[in-house]
Amino acid sequence: MISPASAPGPAPLPGVPPLRKTLDTFRPGARCIVRAVDGTGEGRRRLLEMGFVAGTELRIVRLAPLGDPMQVTLRGYHLSLRRAEARTVRVDGL
Amino acid sequence: MSTGSEVVAPPRLVALGGNPNSGKTSLFNSLTGLRRRVGNYPGVTVERVEGRLILPDGSAAALLDLPGCYSLFSRSDDERIARDVLLGLLPGTVRPDVVVVVLDATNLDRHLYFATQLIETGMPLCVALTMVDDAEKAGAPVDAAALEEALGLPVVPVVAHKGENLPALREAILRARPGRRLLRLPPPAESALGRLAGAVRAAAVVPPESAEGEALRLLTQARDADRYLQRGGSALAAALAEGRRALEEAGLDRSSLEAEARYTLCGEVAALARRSPAPPRPSPSDAIDRVATHPVAGPFLYVGLMALIFLAVYSWAEPFMALMQAATGFLGEGVAGLLGPGMLTDLLVKGVIAGVGNVIVFIPQICILFLFLGLLEDSGYLARAAFLVDRLMRGVGLNGKAFIPLLSSFACAIPGIMATRTIEDRRDRFVTILVAPLMSCSARLPVYALLIGAFVPTGYRSLTLLSLYFLSVIAAFGAAWVLRRTLFRGESSTFLLELPRYRAPRLRHVLVNVYDRAKVFVKQAGTVILAISIVLWFLAYFPRSESIAATAERRIAAGEEEAGVRHQAAAEQIRQSYAGRAGRLLEPVIAPLGFDWKVGIGLLASFAAREVLVSSMGIVYGLGEVDEPSGELQEMIRKDKRPDGTPAFTLLTAISLMVFFVLACQCMSTLAVVRRETNSWRWPAFLFGYMTVLAYVGSLLVYQGGKALGWGL
Repeated sequence: MISPASAPGPAPLPGVPPLRKTLDTFRPGARCIVRAVDGTGEGRRRLLEMGFVAGTELRIVRLAPLGDPMQVTLRGYHLSLRRAEARTVRVDGL
Repeated sequence: MSTGSEVVAPPRLVALGGNPNSGKTSLFNSLTGLRRRVGNYPGVTVERVEGRLILPDGSAAALLDLPGCYSLFSRSDDERIARDVLLGLLPGTVRPDVVVVVLDATNLDRHLYFATQLIETGMPLCVALTMVDDAEKAGAPVDAAALEEALGLPVVPVVAHKGENLPALREAILRARPGRRLLRLPPPAESALGRLAGAVRAAAVVPPESAEGEALRLLTQARDADRYLQRGGSALAAALAEGRRALEEAGLDRSSLEAEARYTLCGEVAALARRSPAPPRPSPSDAIDRVATHPVAGPFLYVGLMALIFLAVYSWAEPFMALMQAATGFLGEGVAGLLGPGMLTDLLVKGVIAGVGNVIVFIPQICILFLFLGLLEDSGYLARAAFLVDRLMRGVGLNGKAFIPLLSSFACAIPGIMATRTIEDRRDRFVTILVAPLMSCSARLPVYALLIGAFVPTGYRSLTLLSLYFLSVIAAFGAAWVLRRTLFRGESSTFLLELPRYRAPRLRHVLVNVYDRAKVFVKQAGTVILAISIVLWFLAYFPRSESIAATAERRIAAGEEEAGVRHQAAAEQIRQSYAGRAGRLLEPVIAPLGFDWKVGIGLLASFAAREVLVSSMGIVYGLGEVDEPSGELQEMIRKDKRPDGTPAFTLLTAISLMVFFVLACQCMSTLAVVRRETNSWRWPAFLFGYMTVLAYVGSLLVYQGGKALGWGL
């Protein structure tokens, strides 16, 4: 329960070329640019609404003491998201 | 979209909308003062707060504080309610005439997201720009005039807690006007939207000026089209299908289209409104965060603050509660002295006044908890606290915000359950509400003290008490784990939590919230608690036996000691009251747990409040009213024999009874508060049911298991 979540990334969709890295694979201090948000439904919608749209620059500020969730800053504000949610955000490192 | 005719008649209902943490509630408080109505929207647990707003022309309007929203397109209860209010679709609430949008100058991009969605409802709008001073300090000042021009709406910078510029805002409410749609979609999407908007307008579910905004929502989101399809029929269904096909053919992702276009727009508007961007200065907020969420210092600070809150709710409230108990006791004695003995006196003293006492005794704990909670929330720390322990709480399917409600439930489940309002996710919130009463509250302590003192050998007493607390935590987390996998199953809720900037909490704002909580509790839960108190009194008082009373009078006349005889008569009266009969009827059911009918009466009476077990056992054992676990009562219980001569109580019975009290929901006040917080009788009924079953099974295992192991006597 204490160990940081280390579940494998999402399975690649059939017929889709291997995708970019996901946000959860970056370390605190890393700067990234959002390329896409995977998934469907309310979780994805919420991430988009909170500003995770393609082209947005963000920075990982830190992880919580138990390694999860992570604190990121984007569009001038700070946000906490769980690693499971970070795993759905496709990014390019800067 | 309809064009800008200004509002002519003064508005009757003004709505206040904005993101959470935008300073919206603070602005609401400054605009309305203390007189407001707090209730629930029908059928949901979203709180509805309405106050009175005086406009510059002297007319009064109602000001409705909309739930905080990041978006109008989402599914959460808060955002759905806000949307329905704004579209005039919510039964019981008229459509507002004007909306005041609160925009945080330090976080303009994201706040504009909601504001530009509001423009698309076609409602008359004006903008209150908050935290202008903070934006200045952070090196990103915002020019209100430029923002006004970019949005095409009146914009007034305000400093809500200082009341600065509020007259100008009231003025601007009279100048509110519908804005032009600013959002631009790619051409294929625009033409699809135009066609669908026509069909939505024809369906006439929403006012015509809102049709285009709703069409955009239907086009980009799968759900919630039903009420349009019912009215709009095949024409609307065809337009919708055609529009979505057009997007697909153009290679546009339907679900991200709106968010992407809107954030582009927000960035453009924010750039126009920002004056000469100075290099951003390191914010003091980040410096605080380095300590508050530090891997080592963070948890220490957290534990320290939680210990302080626990101590405050647990012991600071104590003198106030004692004072209130003394006051109701004094009042009761006064009334009893004034009216003399009789049924009316008994009803007033033991039904009404004791019932009022049962309500007000919770107020100190509620006020203290909400004072702390308010300070933490207003300062911005509450979100960090949730961030720190989220991983820990997720182990049992809860989220980080459940920690404080559960911790406070060690003192009392009532403020704990009320504190779950900070949990946005409905499933997380309901699970937290349903397990909070398992945390061993302070009302259980007198029961533990009575039984531990009577039966547990001296060296093992603390250990026993500790085990009971441990059991309660295990039970609560276990129940959460089970509920999350059964009734509240489903993907783990999203835990996107804004970490707002730290700021000095505004005491006035916090105190207003404390006052509101106490008022809501007294008005809405208090009435139920009072009513049940009176019903329970009735069940324990009726029917009266004339012969018991007559015998007692004869014995007193014959010179026997009066108090002793009266206590004995009271014991006999309660034995044959409805409650007593039920207790005896209950005996076969509770016998496997090791309890006789006297405990049965105690269990029934303690439904009013757990600590009543002590005083009702006092009455049943003919000692009169006992408030504290006295040595005399412990002696009586120890010596009590069953008809067959075996002791009625053993160590094992005592443990079985304590386990029952850990697990059972013997508290009508909790049920009344759960009713209020979940807006339905279903959940309190479920809570009572599952905890009673849990308590019965727990007790049964302890007693029968213990007997099988030969610990029986």
